[in-house]
Amino acid sequence: MSKTYFTSEHEWIKVEGDVGTVGITDHAQGALGDVVFVELPPVGKQVSKGGDAAVVESVKAASDVYSPVSGEVVGANDAIVDQPALVNDSPEDGAWFFKVKLSNTSELDGLMDRAAYDAFVAGQS
Amino acid sequence: MRYLPLTAADRRSMLDAIGVKSVDDLYRDVPQAARREGLVDLPLHASEMEVERRVARLAAKNLTAATAPMFCGAGVYRHHVPAAVDAMIQRGEFLTSYTPYQPEVAQGTLQYLFEFQTQVALITGMEVANASLYDAATATAEAIAMAARVTRRTRALISGGVHPHYSETAETSLRYTGLEIETLAPDPLGTEDLLGRLSSDLACVVVQNPSFFGRLNDLKLLAASCQEMGILLAVVVTEPVSLGLVASPGEMGADIVVVEGQSLGIGLNFGGPGLGLFATRDKFLRQMPGRLTGQTVDQDGKRGWVLTLSTREQHIRREKATSNICTNSGLCALAFSIHMTMLGETGFTALAEVNHARAVALANKVGAVKGIKVLNDAFFNEFAVTVPGSAAELVEKLAAKGILGGVPASRLYPTWPELDNVLLLAATETNSDEDLDALVSALKELV
Amino acid sequence: MSTISGNKGPLIEEPLIFEQSTPGRCGVDWEMPEAYEDRLGGLRKKGAIGLPDIAEPTVIRHYTRLSQKNVGIDTVFYPLGSCTMKYNPRLNEKTARLPGLSQAHPFQPVSTVQGALELMDQCAHWLKVLTGMPAVAMSPAAGAHGEFCGLMAIRAAIEARGEKRLKILVPESAHGTNPASAAICGFSVESIPANDRGRVDLAALKAKLGPDVAAVMVTNPNTCGLFEDEVLEIADAVHAAGGYFYCDGANYNAIVGRVRIADLGVDAMHINLHKTFSTPHGGGGPGAGPTVLSEALAPFAPVPYVVHDEAGFRLIEHAHQSEGKPCGRLKGFHGQFGVMVRALSYMMALGADGLRQCAEDAVLNANYLLAQLKDELTPSFEGPCMHEALFDDRFLKDSGVTTLDFAKALIDEGFHPMTMYFPLVVHGALLMEPTETESKATLDKFVASVKGLARRAKQGNAADDFKAAPIYAPRRRLDETAAARSPVLRWKEQAAE
Repeated sequence: MSKTYFTSEHEWIKVEGDVGTVGITDHAQGALGDVVFVELPPVGKQVSKGGDAAVVESVKAASDVYSPVSGEVVGANDAIVDQPALVNDSPEDGAWFFKVKLSNTSELDGLMDRAAYDAFVAGQS
Repeated sequence: MRYLPLTAADRRSMLDAIGVKSVDDLYRDVPQAARREGLVDLPLHASEMEVERRVARLAAKNLTAATAPMFCGAGVYRHHVPAAVDAMIQRGEFLTSYTPYQPEVAQGTLQYLFEFQTQVALITGMEVANASLYDAATATAEAIAMAARVTRRTRALISGGVHPHYSETAETSLRYTGLEIETLAPDPLGTEDLLGRLSSDLACVVVQNPSFFGRLNDLKLLAASCQEMGILLAVVVTEPVSLGLVASPGEMGADIVVVEGQSLGIGLNFGGPGLGLFATRDKFLRQMPGRLTGQTVDQDGKRGWVLTLSTREQHIRREKATSNICTNSGLCALAFSIHMTMLGETGFTALAEVNHARAVALANKVGAVKGIKVLNDAFFNEFAVTVPGSAAELVEKLAAKGILGGVPASRLYPTWPELDNVLLLAATETNSDEDLDALVSALKELV
Repeated sequence: MSTISGNKGPLIEEPLIFEQSTPGRCGVDWEMPEAYEDRLGGLRKKGAIGLPDIAEPTVIRHYTRLSQKNVGIDTVFYPLGSCTMKYNPRLNEKTARLPGLSQAHPFQPVSTVQGALELMDQCAHWLKVLTGMPAVAMSPAAGAHGEFCGLMAIRAAIEARGEKRLKILVPESAHGTNPASAAICGFSVESIPANDRGRVDLAALKAKLGPDVAAVMVTNPNTCGLFEDEVLEIADAVHAAGGYFYCDGANYNAIVGRVRIADLGVDAMHINLHKTFSTPHGGGGPGAGPTVLSEALAPFAPVPYVVHDEAGFRLIEHAHQSEGKPCGRLKGFHGQFGVMVRALSYMMALGADGLRQCAEDAVLNANYLLAQLKDELTPSFEGPCMHEALFDDRFLKDSGVTTLDFAKALIDEGFHPMTMYFPLVVHGALLMEPTETESKATLDKFVASVKGLARRAKQGNAADDFKAAPIYAPRRRLDETAAARSPVLRWKEQAAE
């Protein structure tokens, strides 16, 4: 059974057991414009909640992607490195960025669910 | 005033349209204490004729290569720049345009930068080059910073054959970036042991070829050794004309190449502005600083060019940028490129041959003067000699005779007494036989 | 109707130089040396470089045609905000090419280049007198380089006091070079918001001051084109907290000759010679960023610099020769001498009276644009501006037209667009800096086009036309996404099929 959470920095994390798959939201890819390049963390890297994990570049902007949780990177999606356009096409599905093994599942408590995130985005514009 | 088109009538009508009585009202936010009520204590405006007179008076106080035989090098070289170069760079569409942020009306700039990037990649033997940096000294600092990013290491080693201005600039520019830079002692005889100092905590090693003292070295072994340890080899070239005759840094295995472009298109200009050429391998592309021009198509499918990969740069990444660079050296890059285009394969290789032949002729003649010893076995168009006594004093005496006879090493290395008798001499295609003979006779007299 | 050649009259589809090679025919003739024994140590190059050979007439045609695809100040009104696209006087090109200046080598004995050193000294003198500051570092090669210079001096001064302060406060409206330069100096950067009047929020700034703040970097006039009216309070607050005041002088053109920088509490300020002092932008450089310094920071100015005593002019090139404590060396040789010659020629031409008039006309022109456009466009802030006027894209709301589209339509109207999307503090920014070298007639023509385009956009049915712009430029809109996703950064020989 998996559950998906959202951050105020427009990342999503789909958690199954103690592994979370992280990507950026559809709203984020829309704001960035055409994605041209992605830099992923190396497998084995330790990330902390809210800390730098990846970089996503479009023609006009470069954004840091933060890890929603602390833990160890256990997977990185090379498909989006080869084809950055996937991030625009399927941001919340096939174009995941990295997988992290959570070191502290209680960190998920502070994150939003889909409804809360949608309300958050609506409130921002 | 000839540069100001507004008339008094214009100003009155504009003030009315704005709704203020005088332009002073538009400065009301300036604190009283900082306002200048009157004019500053500087001369009033002057006619073109008068300005020309004043500047010409300053120019007349200099003894230059325009009238005197000149053998100075040490990182800045005198070459003949074809008249076509100046004619083209003075076209207003090149001279007075800005950075090509609106590519639809800047295809001239973007196309020549694309051609420039290609020329730089070709002459350095590397895969990709940027659209230029301020000069080779700052480019050297950028090369070290880039190597640190790529290797994630924090130590750099600079050979004692690298131009001291470059190592000093690198040390200053990188002092607070967490990098440890070691610069070796000046190396006039090429005896430093770089191989013995390699270690796997080094991000890069920086060498110059030909070295500051004119020495030419085969860098293949150094390149291979660096590669084994994951160290990037950065090669600096102060005289790009050498690339027409000498094996390129790329051929020898360099990872990053920095070249001072001043020799082609730009002229001496008392040392500035310069032109930093920067080239590297494709795999390091995203870590390369500076502007990049890339090819694409427009809405009608026509080929065109744009600035690209700018998200690495300061206006977007801000404090996380690869560098803080905003300008490149645009017009100097154009001048360099036009000069290179005029030369072509045939002219560039011929120019290099002529330069080396001139320097060999000079070295043979100078080496025959009693008391003078040529230090280099191999060189391109500049070599080092030892003279009896102070090289700096000798150069002053030569100047008194109307000859600009080279650069004493002590000018750049004042705290190294062992270099006091070392003189750097450069000869280019601009030095005639009369020039060479004038220098040699003067040396015979003075030494 | 398309042409057979693809050309459109004098606008030629010009290939790359690599596509026009005529092997053996180049633009120079050399007399080859007679046979000699080389001393290359066996390192003679083997194999070709791959450069094209082109005869001189073809070279001239190539670059002339390329130039025709550019616009420049010489051809169109170029109101790029914060760039100061003023006329580049041709006299400066003449003086810079005087052989007594252009043929001077930096390492000639100092006794043989007294004129060159005096010129650098005079240029420095003008900058010091204009700003009222006691010292100036002449070697920085650009504005961002000047920022680095000023911050290095600040860092050195703080360390000399025995303190450790590693934070720099930067307004969120600042140009990207500000935080980038601070980061390279090893500082961390904290952002200060703007207030609703477009100025630095003084209370927010004061709240962030403390013993860890090395300096505040403030652009004045700021990037919204407004004079920071609380600048004295800012300076006092940061000084009271033990920090320094760095001023980004990119917009100095608004106040040159009218404001004494030293009386604003500034400790360091870079000046862009290629902006305020008319040296050519050259498609992206070269520039120069001399940085004026206060008494406190002067000792830490980098080498080299010119000194003048009874014996004449000398260069201090090494730290141990200096009476101060130079922070180091910023670039090779003696600085952007060729740029200084042009700047000094301009200073001499304008003089004290002309420079003051420059600032006034620059401010007048910008306010005229603001007055004429404020009803049709949406000015971002109330009240008059300085030398540049800032609008945002609220006037384009619901039109389907973005700031970018609007700018591209201006190209078809025969103008270079204003700066777009900067500063970041307003949405879809349009920043217009006319400069003082534009006539009222030019401004009126620009106003007519801008008003017309704004009205067209607001009709709500013109989005497609705007998105198709430009249609009259040498190229239509270019695919920047493709350029970034599959970078092609050089010409390569195509392999034969």
